[in-house]
Amino acid sequence: MTIHTGRDIHAADVTPEDASIERTSIYVYEAPLRVWHWVTAVTITVLVVTGFFIGTPLPSVPGEASDSALMGTIRFIHFTAGYVLAIAWLLRIYWAVVGNHHSRQLFKLPFWRRDYWGGVLWEASWYAFMRTEPKKYVGHNPLAQFVMFTVFTLGMFFMIITGFALYAEGTGLDSWQYWLFGWVFDIFPNSQSVHTWHHLGMWAFVIYTILHVYAAVREDIMSRQSMISTMISGERMFKDNRDD
Amino acid sequence: MSSRTETFYEVMRRQGLSRRSFLKFCGLTSVALGLGPAWAPRIAEALETKPRIPVIWLHGLECTCCTESFIRSAHPLVKDVVLSMISLDYDDTIMAAAGHQAEAILEEVRETHKGEYILAVEGNPPLKDGGVYCLPGGRPFVDKLTEMAADARAVIAWGSCASWGCVQAAKPNPTQATPVHQVVTDKPVIKVPGCPPIAEVMTGVLTYMLTFERLPQLDRHGRPKMFYAQRIHDKCYRRPHFDAGQYVESWDDEGARKGYCLYKMGCKGPTTYNACSTVGWNEGVSFPIQSGHGCIGCSEDAFWDKGPFYERLTSLEPLAAEGTADTVGATLAALAGGAVAAHAGVSIVKTAADKRDRRNARAAAQAEADRAARARPPADGSDRTDT
Repeated sequence: MTIHTGRDIHAADVTPEDASIERTSIYVYEAPLRVWHWVTAVTITVLVVTGFFIGTPLPSVPGEASDSALMGTIRFIHFTAGYVLAIAWLLRIYWAVVGNHHSRQLFKLPFWRRDYWGGVLWEASWYAFMRTEPKKYVGHNPLAQFVMFTVFTLGMFFMIITGFALYAEGTGLDSWQYWLFGWVFDIFPNSQSVHTWHHLGMWAFVIYTILHVYAAVREDIMSRQSMISTMISGERMFKDNRDD
Repeated sequence: MSSRTETFYEVMRRQGLSRRSFLKFCGLTSVALGLGPAWAPRIAEALETKPRIPVIWLHGLECTCCTESFIRSAHPLVKDVVLSMISLDYDDTIMAAAGHQAEAILEEVRETHKGEYILAVEGNPPLKDGGVYCLPGGRPFVDKLTEMAADARAVIAWGSCASWGCVQAAKPNPTQATPVHQVVTDKPVIKVPGCPPIAEVMTGVLTYMLTFERLPQLDRHGRPKMFYAQRIHDKCYRRPHFDAGQYVESWDDEGARKGYCLYKMGCKGPTTYNACSTVGWNEGVSFPIQSGHGCIGCSEDAFWDKGPFYERLTSLEPLAAEGTADTVGATLAALAGGAVAAHAGVSIVKTAADKRDRRNARAAAQAEADRAARARPPADGSDRTDT
């Protein structure tokens, strides 16, 4: 990929050292997408913590049952965060329709394109320390896109669907949640299985988060473009202006 | 069998029951079904006028706990009468006839009540090797079942065996024990799961079908909604302790004595649809949680493979020996964390090495250039000759 949108730096105090790297930027992540990213980051964190304590409750609370609602509160936070996550996800899907073309990358996996898989292998070789210099990308690199799609995007659908199915057990057979998500129990008649899968999904997201944060920080330092600041400002900045 | 079928009321009176007891039964049944007392006269009328529906009760691969439960149906009238109330024309466990004489009844009911009788199935057919692992009357049970189901109005799958497969279908299911709804696919199959089902639930389902001459409203799995629409957990009297965060941490601890929630002890109430926490067992005296033991989820699909009974999280065997979603997930997360740390370490070392190499290369190039400059005459040419 060739990126060549260089411009000279016209600052009063610019020095030759400053000018030695031509910084360039492209607007990649639009504001709604950035808001969604951070809302999702917070809700996933809340959901993982509360979800873990629903599966493995905290030590028992002393006193009368009527004086405390520890599990009730943890579940309430879990369900509320789940609603926020799901609604934000719906808006995110809407944004993939109306947003710029980068907003659609999360939902696409160019499975049948040979050059895409070549790109995945190339990026894997960068992570395997077989390259001295990485390539430049405006959006997600092919390897990142692969992980985003297979783990994050599919994982989000899986967790939201199983989560609402489990929630529907509490709201009852005549609730809209059960009407929309009850089919999950056609696949798993015993909801204990749904609990187990939902729980494994939580760990998938924990592992995803570890890798995602690590890759973002590492790429921010070692790649040829900005990472973390891009999810705040939306601007992808490049550290050099050379071709790949 | 008489040719003219008696009504229920006639049978009850013949058995010596008073009209007063009969009306009491109708009132209690209408309340138990959630219909309210106003429906008692309708039930009474139905029992007085409707001919008894013949019921054929087959036994496949099972332990007879459903029958044991059924005959203990707590309501006095049910207990005394129900076996006469439904025209139980065939039930090889409790019928007087035996041998060929008993088997002949099946054929007779099939012909005289074609499309009318209810086929109640306790247990399930094993399908492996042509069904030879269950041979009542010397024939594979699966043949007897499909034959009788063909002319039945509806099929009731009593208990978890008939509904889900139960323990004989537990992994590796050596006889290929198969729930009824997978064998009988062209008739409505009403699942009344439980190991055994609650007696009042069994008689309640039958009474409903008789009174209204239609099937009860069923959930997506074919279970009557009136008894299986909610989980044990939803109406458990220990639920406030769950919400408060008060659990039995180990058997016989303070929490166990105070009747705290058994969630941490592996109670499957949160995933089990049944009426135990409302109807109770043995005339409503108690149910497992009330006696201090968690629910094992006996009315749920594959409950025998979703253990252990005393752990909240299901074991993921054979994927992980005695491991749960937490042990698997935490192990993988630790591996991912370790891999990330190692990768970060290598990244730092390699970047530093690359930087050093570049610096060395630059220095070498500089030294080379200097050497070349020294070897070459100065460019601004004091000793230039061509000026």
